[in-house]
Amino acid sequence: MTESRNVYLDYSATTPVKEDVLKEMLPWFLENFGNPSSIYTCGQKSKDALSLARRRVAKLIGATAEEIFFTSTGTEADNWAIFGVVDALRDKGNHIITTVFEHHAVLHACQFLQQRGVDVTYLPVNSQGLVDPAEVEAAITDKTVLITIMAVNNEIGTVQPISKIGEIAKKHGVLFHTDGVQAAGSIPVDVKKWGVDMMSISAHKIYGPKGVGALYIRKGLRFSNLMHGGGQENKRRAGTENLAGIVGFGKAAELAHENLEEHIQHVKTLRDYFIEEVLQRIPEVSINGSLEHRHPGNINLAFNFIEGEGILILLDEKGISVSTGSACNSEALTPSHVLSSIGLPVERIHGSIRFTMGDFTTRDDVDYVLNVLEETVKKLRDISSVNEKKGW
Amino acid sequence: MGIYNDTVMEHFMNPRNVGDMENPDGLGTYGSPVCGDMMQIAIRVKDDVIADAKFKTFGCGSAIASSSIATEMIIGKTIDEALALTNKEIVNGLGGLPAVKIHCSVLADHAIKSAIYDYAQKKGKTYQGLEGFDPNAEEDAHDIMEESGCVGGCSGPACEKNSNESKESK
Repeated sequence: MTESRNVYLDYSATTPVKEDVLKEMLPWFLENFGNPSSIYTCGQKSKDALSLARRRVAKLIGATAEEIFFTSTGTEADNWAIFGVVDALRDKGNHIITTVFEHHAVLHACQFLQQRGVDVTYLPVNSQGLVDPAEVEAAITDKTVLITIMAVNNEIGTVQPISKIGEIAKKHGVLFHTDGVQAAGSIPVDVKKWGVDMMSISAHKIYGPKGVGALYIRKGLRFSNLMHGGGQENKRRAGTENLAGIVGFGKAAELAHENLEEHIQHVKTLRDYFIEEVLQRIPEVSINGSLEHRHPGNINLAFNFIEGEGILILLDEKGISVSTGSACNSEALTPSHVLSSIGLPVERIHGSIRFTMGDFTTRDDVDYVLNVLEETVKKLRDISSVNEKKGW
Repeated sequence: MGIYNDTVMEHFMNPRNVGDMENPDGLGTYGSPVCGDMMQIAIRVKDDVIADAKFKTFGCGSAIASSSIATEMIIGKTIDEALALTNKEIVNGLGGLPAVKIHCSVLADHAIKSAIYDYAQKKGKTYQGLEGFDPNAEEDAHDIMEESGCVGGCSGPACEKNSNESKESK
């Protein structure tokens, strides 16, 4: 057996902060701690730091700096986009179009509004985990005020036809928000080419700190505020800015922009190698979601006849961090809504594991995980009461 | 520190009595892969005493650990003693389970009863501890969760279906 090591393969859950990012953040805790709203020198220095971060984040997604509004998280950005549009356009209509496999930050916000009388259409996705733009168009009514569809799914990594949906939204004069939390820094993102009016992003998915997100709002949009108070963020989002966090977000966005091609190549090479080896070495495994339209670092596999929490814990014992769609892993004991949406049978959802690669993943890491995974699957299959011969 | 204590981890990592048994005297399965847990327990009985027990389990760490300790607890016991085993004793034997995992111990308890039921049927025996027990009741995870005082439940569509069907037939 190979020597034990720690391998983090859950980069879609969160990423470590890069050293250059941390270095740039530190002075804003101790030396330059001034409130960006204060007009004396150290306050203005902080304000300048926010501006630089704003320009850097804007550049990553093809926006202009004044279209970036910092928030506490990607979740806040999602909530704000949805509540902001529905409130501002309540004279126009009360219908939202979304999909069944959105992140809970979108789904639960929509459900909240639904309970208060807003109509919500939850579009299905196909077995590949892709939304059909024609279905989006067919769902539009004269009461539709918002389409909110994620750019990259967080569990299966499928990349949605965002620019096609953008065209449709524009054609019908409906606002289009996309949750781009898994997209920014992982695939090329251009809000103008995509034709999105709003996009949520988050720092901690791109080697920045936790507790910072942003909402891109296209210039000139009618939009209500979510946070009420002071005049921060051009009077759109009240609350003293998370200065050091935003500085870190800016640096992380700059690095992500500079390294995008290299990053994609790196994780994709490891990802493809991992998939090829797993399929060769382990029987009764299948890939969840389209391989063609996919986040370059995402792998989501269904291991037949065993349960995901067991796999996760045995891998954890060997220093490997992954995640699972199994119901046994959730507090509510519900299987992944994303894997359900692509029609995966529940018993196979229970045996699904997500591995996500990142900048610090090495070929040696992958080889180690492959060996441990092969042993783990065999061990659990030897214990399992179901198998290939007996069937489910 | 993970979600399980050392005893649970020990039984999960090195489960006792795993395997199939040739021509068992009693064989019981409980749960279903759709609900996330399915246990199979086989017993060998000599002079009304459980001489050996083997298990096979599809399920999470606590389901495997519960099966492992449950087989350990019934070996050497009389049928009546084994029938008296409660899921609480299984949980205590494991030094506790997370609240959402208590149902795993209930499944182990039911799988044992199912195996003994099978044995009793084959031998034409009756045991007081089996009174009112129906291994084919298809009691789903919802009921089991309620029984174990647990919030939540198996939410698989197939479970919903089973649940409705079984309730209608009751």
